Amino acid sequence: MDLIADHISHRFGALDVLDDVSFAVRAGEIVAIVGPSGCGKSTLLSILGGLLRPAAGVAELRGTPPAGSLNPLTFVFQDFALLPWNTVEENVAFPLLHAALSAGERRAVIDDALRRTGLLDFRAAYPKQLSGGMRQRVGIARALAVRPAILLMDEPLSALDSQTRELLMEDFVGLLADGAMGAVYVTHNLEEAVRLADRVVVLSRRPGRIREIVTIPMTRAERGAPDARAQLAALQGELWSLIRKEAIDAEREVQHA
Amino acid sequence: MLDRSPQEMQDQSAEATRPVAFRGAGFAPGGSRYAGWIALALVIAVWQLAGSAGLVNPLFLPAPSAIAVAIYKLAMSGALWQHLSWSIMRIGTGWIIGTAAGVIVGFAIGLSTMARGVGITFISALFPIPKIALLPLLILWLGIGEEPKIATIALGVFFSTAISVYSGVDAVPRNLIRMAQSFNVPFHAIVRRVIWPGALPSILAGFRITASVALLLVVSAEMIGAQYGIGAFVLQAGNLMQTDQLLAGVVILSLFGLAVGRLINLLETRLLHWR
Repeated sequence: MDLIADHISHRFGALDVLDDVSFAVRAGEIVAIVGPSGCGKSTLLSILGGLLRPAAGVAELRGTPPAGSLNPLTFVFQDFALLPWNTVEENVAFPLLHAALSAGERRAVIDDALRRTGLLDFRAAYPKQLSGGMRQRVGIARALAVRPAILLMDEPLSALDSQTRELLMEDFVGLLADGAMGAVYVTHNLEEAVRLADRVVVLSRRPGRIREIVTIPMTRAERGAPDARAQLAALQGELWSLIRKEAIDAEREVQHA
Repeated sequence: MLDRSPQEMQDQSAEATRPVAFRGAGFAPGGSRYAGWIALALVIAVWQLAGSAGLVNPLFLPAPSAIAVAIYKLAMSGALWQHLSWSIMRIGTGWIIGTAAGVIVGFAIGLSTMARGVGITFISALFPIPKIALLPLLILWLGIGEEPKIATIALGVFFSTAISVYSGVDAVPRNLIRMAQSFNVPFHAIVRRVIWPGALPSILAGFRITASVALLLVVSAEMIGAQYGIGAFVLQAGNLMQTDQLLAGVVILSLFGLAVGRLINLLETRLLHWR
């Protein structure tokens, strides 16, 4: 199943946020969206996921979702968006409560999601008892439970410390390695973009327009090799050179706002 | 290669060291379990001593022992339970009606644009009116029975409840609602599983306020027109200069308020254990 952004523009009141953004995420593909602060990355993701109606253009799906997918477009949120009054298990079960599953199927789905994210021993814990990294794992387990076709990830690591970020990054690489799920990965972190994405959509500063779509010239397996660090750093440098001036301008704009 | 060592050794030959002064004290008040009770016992002891020593005229301020005796006699005669049961009936009925209506209207204001536009205007206009001022009008409308007293309490409870409920609904983090929407969770399930528990802290805080409002209004209403009830009893005692009985009524009101507060504490502990 492909996800297509077709000439999407958006504005909040008099503020133009996105301007004529078009690209496609093909089945199993990981596309990162990067750009300066305030360029509309998260707004674009909300539009792609159907949480925000664009002022112009449309987000479209092409093809059928994989069999058994309960929520083809599934978000992983920056702030985890866990229900604090529910346990880990209840949070993972939350999107399944209204799914047409038997009790046994539901239990199996939850157990599988908890196992894949290393949360089996924490199923009875409440979010406040968990570290930031573990909370985001719960958010990922909840997303996996509905068997998405495409994960919509809105800066999922930005609220975490660097060590936890590194550990979760390894988890993401593992979860997305087999190409069964695609992902749109919004981030301001270029290292995450080049390590994870097959292509990187570079947006200009506000109103966000597509400045360039960069294809990462390495396979996912090559990027995981121990000697790939230097090449990834070089790619990261190239991406930075694309957005550096706009990032500086955007920062000055924010400071003067 | 990393230059590694288990820990840094102190240089003994260097200048003498001194500890860094601690500057982080204060601004973190902690709760003491017994301090409040000890203070209360001390105040009662001083009060009793002053009364026993004849320093205070018992007509104006009876000693705690005299108040305790008055409560005991009221309990033994059955008058205490008669007055208390009338007050509890009025508070309970009025509070339940006002709370039910307030929760419904509060949720409607919190969830519906139209209800918000209309509801907030009405609540803003009517909330500041002292509800006891409406009692004569309610007596005209509903007669001189229990209805006007219960309606006064229900009105007082309604506005505070509606405000705390829609404030609670407004305070539910929007990201949780968007998360639920992103999983196609139906509207009614979002209300039940996200908005209701998210608004519950504010709703329970509202209950604490409305319990006080109900107590205040029942006493006022009973003072205006009732034969039985703690308010009527306090007024009668005052008219007869029976200050020990008057203060017995006040102590019973205080104990009733404490019991309701404890009940709400229990509810909070049970329902908000996740906080």
